[in-house]
Amino acid sequence: MTRLRTAALVGNPNSGKSALFNVLTGARQKIANYPGVTVERKAGRFMLPSGEPVELVDLPGSYALDAASPDEEVTRKVVLGEFPGEARPEVLIVVLDASNLEQHLVFAQELIELGRPVVVALNMVDLAERDGLVLDPEALSQSLGVPVIPTVAVRRRGIDALLAAIETAEATAERDPKAHKKWHLTLPERRMAARTMAQGAVLSETAQHRLHASLDKVLLHPWLGPPILFALLFVMFQAVFAWAAPLQDGLDGAVTALIGFVTETLPAGLLRDLLTQGVLAGVGSVIVFLPQIVILFAFILAMEQSGYMARAAFLMDRLMARVGLSGRSFIPLLSSFACAIPGIMATRAIADPKDRLTTILIAPLMTCSARLPVYAVIIAAFIPHRTVGAGIGLQGLVLFALYVAGIIGAFCVALVLRSTVTKGSASGFIMELPKYQWPPLRDILLGLWQRAWIFLRRAGTIIFTVTIVLWVLLSFPKAAAGENQVDASFAGHIANGLHVVLEPIGFNREISLALIPAMAAREVAVASLATTYAVNASDDDAAAQGLIPRLQAKWTLPTALAFLAWFVFAPQCLSTIAVTRRETNGWKWPLFMLAYLFTLAYIFAGITYWSAVALGL
Amino acid sequence: MTLDQLQPRRRAEIVAIDWAVLAPDEAKRLQALGIDEGARVAIAHRGVFGGRDPIALIIGRMTLAMRRSHAAAMTVREL
Repeated sequence: MTRLRTAALVGNPNSGKSALFNVLTGARQKIANYPGVTVERKAGRFMLPSGEPVELVDLPGSYALDAASPDEEVTRKVVLGEFPGEARPEVLIVVLDASNLEQHLVFAQELIELGRPVVVALNMVDLAERDGLVLDPEALSQSLGVPVIPTVAVRRRGIDALLAAIETAEATAERDPKAHKKWHLTLPERRMAARTMAQGAVLSETAQHRLHASLDKVLLHPWLGPPILFALLFVMFQAVFAWAAPLQDGLDGAVTALIGFVTETLPAGLLRDLLTQGVLAGVGSVIVFLPQIVILFAFILAMEQSGYMARAAFLMDRLMARVGLSGRSFIPLLSSFACAIPGIMATRAIADPKDRLTTILIAPLMTCSARLPVYAVIIAAFIPHRTVGAGIGLQGLVLFALYVAGIIGAFCVALVLRSTVTKGSASGFIMELPKYQWPPLRDILLGLWQRAWIFLRRAGTIIFTVTIVLWVLLSFPKAAAGENQVDASFAGHIANGLHVVLEPIGFNREISLALIPAMAAREVAVASLATTYAVNASDDDAAAQGLIPRLQAKWTLPTALAFLAWFVFAPQCLSTIAVTRRETNGWKWPLFMLAYLFTLAYIFAGITYWSAVALGL
Repeated sequence: MTLDQLQPRRRAEIVAIDWAVLAPDEAKRLQALGIDEGARVAIAHRGVFGGRDPIALIIGRMTLAMRRSHAAAMTVREL
C-alpha cells in the first residue's frame, strides 16, 4: 500500500513535544495556520525503519481533550478526526515529562481510552534522573497497556526505539483499528489512577539536590531576581543595537550596490524606476532590520528554551497586573522592541482573549527598531551634543526618554482599554515554571531560521505590494516641464490635503508628504524627507548626512520635537496593521488601533509643539 | 488557613477549594495542573514589587505560578 501514513504528537505543555518533533522531522517542517484560527500548525515527515514516510503533526500542548482554549480545541478536533481538511492521525505519540508523570498521565489516559494505536514517549528522562528520580518504563507500559519508550529528545536518545514502536503500532492500526479499547474513567478516577501508576513506575527516588530549585532561589529572589532580569535585558538590547550594526551596514551596502547595478544595467524608464525607487528601496529598507530581529530572537528563544522566560513572566507579573495584564504579556511586549510583528504573533501564548487583545493593541507603542533611524536623524539635527551631569549625554537622554514615553504610554493605554473596550474580570496568571535545561543549539537555530523566513516572506509580499502602490502614487501623473514630480503626483495632492490637518501641530508640508510613504514603514520617513528636500542620495545614511543641515535650516525646534512625539505613537507600519488583522480575524481591531494611535500621536505632537513654542524654544 | 497565608517552605494539603470564586477557565486550568482537594503543596517563592504576588507553588515535582487571589480560594491544612 502506498498511502501516506499519519501520526500526531500529543501531550501536555512543557513535555518536550516540540524538541521531539524537531528531532523526528529535522528541518523538513511546514509551518502554517490552521484555517480560520490563529493556531500554528506544525507538520513534517519522518521515515519508519522500513523506509516508509509518515506525515507527523505537532499538536498544541493540552491538558485534556475537554478544550479550554483555541489551541486545545484544535488538538481535540484533530485527534478525534473532526477537523475539516485534517486527516485523523493513525498513531498517537503521547509525550510525557518523566518528572511530571502524575500530571501528564491524566491526559495520556484520556488519549489511550480512545482505543487508537498509541506509543508513549517517556521524555526528558535525563532531567528526571538528574533530580534523583529513576523510572521503570516497563512497569508504566504494563499499567498503561501501550508501549512506553524512554527518550531524551534534545540529546536524540531513544529515537530509534521510538520509531520501531511507531512502526509496530502503525501495523496494528491496519490489522485491527479497535485493538486498544481501554477503560473509561472520570477525571477524579483518572487522577487517582495517574498517581498510582506514577508511583508504581518509580524505581528509586532520592531527595537529591535539585538544580532548578537552587537556580530559582537566585533567579526568583525578591531582591536579586529583578536586577538579574534587567541586566539580561540590558545585554540583550546592547546586542540588538551594537552587534547588528555591522551586519545592517553590510545589508544596506548590498541593497545600495544592487540599486546601482540595476540603474546601470537597465535602460532609463518606468521599469527601472519601479525596481530601484519602488521595490529595492522599499523592501531593502525593511530587510536591513533582519540582523536585529535575528539577534533579538536568539535571546528570546534561548530564554524560552532554557526555562528562564517563565521566570521573567513571574517576576514581571506584579507590574503587569497594575495595568490589568499578566506576566504572560511581558514576552510579546519584549519582542515588540525589535518589531511589533513577531511581538503580536507571540501573543498567541496568552490564554485570556481580552488580555491578548489588549497586548496586541499596545504592542506598537513599544519602540521598535524601525523608529531608530527617524529618532537618530532628528536628535542629531536638533539636540545639542553635550553632557548633562556625569557622563550622561543629552542626545542619549532624549532617546531614552522616547523609549520611556512609549512604555508609559502603553501602560496608560492598557489601563484605559482594560476598563473600557477590553473590560472584563482581571486576568489571572497561572503558569507552569518548567525545569531549567541547557537550550539545544539545533532547536534555536531551527527556530531562528523559521522566524527569519516568516519575516522575509512578509517583506516579500505585504511590504513589496505597499511600496509599489506608494511608488505609483508618487510617480503619477507625470510632472510637466519645470514642475516638481512630487508636487504633481497623487501623493503631492494628498499631502496638500494632509497639511491642512497637520499644520496646527507644527508640521510643515514636507513632513505631511514624508508621512505618506512612511505608512509602509516608519524609517521610510527619513528617505522621503531626504528626497523631498532634493538631496541626491539613495540610502538612509547618506541621505541623513545631507539632510541634517537642511532640516536645521527649515525646521524649528518645536517642529522637530513634535515630530519625535508623533513617532512615539503613530502606527506608521502597514505590516503591523496587516498582522493585527490576521491575529484578530477581522478589520475591527486594526482599524481601532489605527484610530487610537493616530489620535494619540496628534494630541501629543500638538502638546509638544505648543509647549515648546510657549517655552520659547 | 488559606494557601496564600501559608509560610514559604511549609508543606500543606489542600482540604477545600472555593471553585465558585475562580473564573471557570482558570478553575479548569488549575485542575488540569493537579490543583484539587487532597493535593499536597508548598510555597517556594513569592513575587516581588510588593504584595508578595504572584506565588510559586511546588506540587509534586512541578513548580506552578499563580496569583494570591487564586491561592486565597484554597483552604489548606499544614502538614
